[in-house]
Amino acid sequence: MAERPEDLNLPNAVITRIIKEALPDGVNVSKEARRAISQAASVFVLYATSCANNFALKAKRKTLNAGDVLAAMEEMEFERFLEPLREALEVYKKDQKGKKEVSEQKRKDKEKKNDSENDKSREDEEEEEQRMEEPEEEADEEEVEN
Amino acid sequence: MSQAKPDKDSQASEAKKAISLPISRVKLIMKSSPDVSSINQDALFLTTKATELFVQHLALTSFNNGSGREANTLDYSDLAKTAEETDTFHFLTDILPKKILAREYLKSLEQMEDEDADF
Repeated sequence: MAERPEDLNLPNAVITRIIKEALPDGVNVSKEARRAISQAASVFVLYATSCANNFALKAKRKTLNAGDVLAAMEEMEFERFLEPLREALEVYKKDQKGKKEVSEQKRKDKEKKNDSENDKSREDEEEEEQRMEEPEEEADEEEVEN
Repeated sequence: MSQAKPDKDSQASEAKKAISLPISRVKLIMKSSPDVSSINQDALFLTTKATELFVQHLALTSFNNGSGREANTLDYSDLAKTAEETDTFHFLTDILPKKILAREYLKSLEQMEDEDADF
């Protein structure tokens, strides 16, 4: 849950950059227009979430998944987003998988190294791993609570 | 060329790197909806990406249909016009109300009062 209302805004700098990239060069976007687009984007998120949630509920699922979001886009008549979204998701999944493999490889390499070296660095590594795991656990807890 | 070099491929995906909006913020907005219990990572990513596409689409549609095209400007009135005239953006009419002059508003109030008086 958001604690302050401004937590429900999207960062203005990023929104401004996305607007600039979408429009032809040299278009002047008024401050009021930028604020309005940013608010519209927040409302879009809520609307899409609510639509997607309806699909999840219908399927008796508690967790929103990719299919729910895509179905929501269709329902909202933003079919034009479907193709770019599917492509982006594929790239994203590949990236995630790649990252996992890379970090796994690194861990294996490190383990090999540690086997031949002293145990000091191994302890450090374990500490680091714990630190990395913590935020994820928190996120999971948050999901269960709600 | 159908065979992309793996190196180039990963660079391209890095460059497209899909999203610039912070996923954590989008998650917060999604979670502010009371009946949502949990969201998986792919759904979160897709919603974030969709929001970016939405911002682009809203800006471009409003600019193309707007009055500031010659002057190379995008103003609030162009957005309000889009919300009112384009079906897919209709859900925005509440937060993008058309601005009217106080003079016109008072006039419409008077008209409403007249209509009430008819009863």
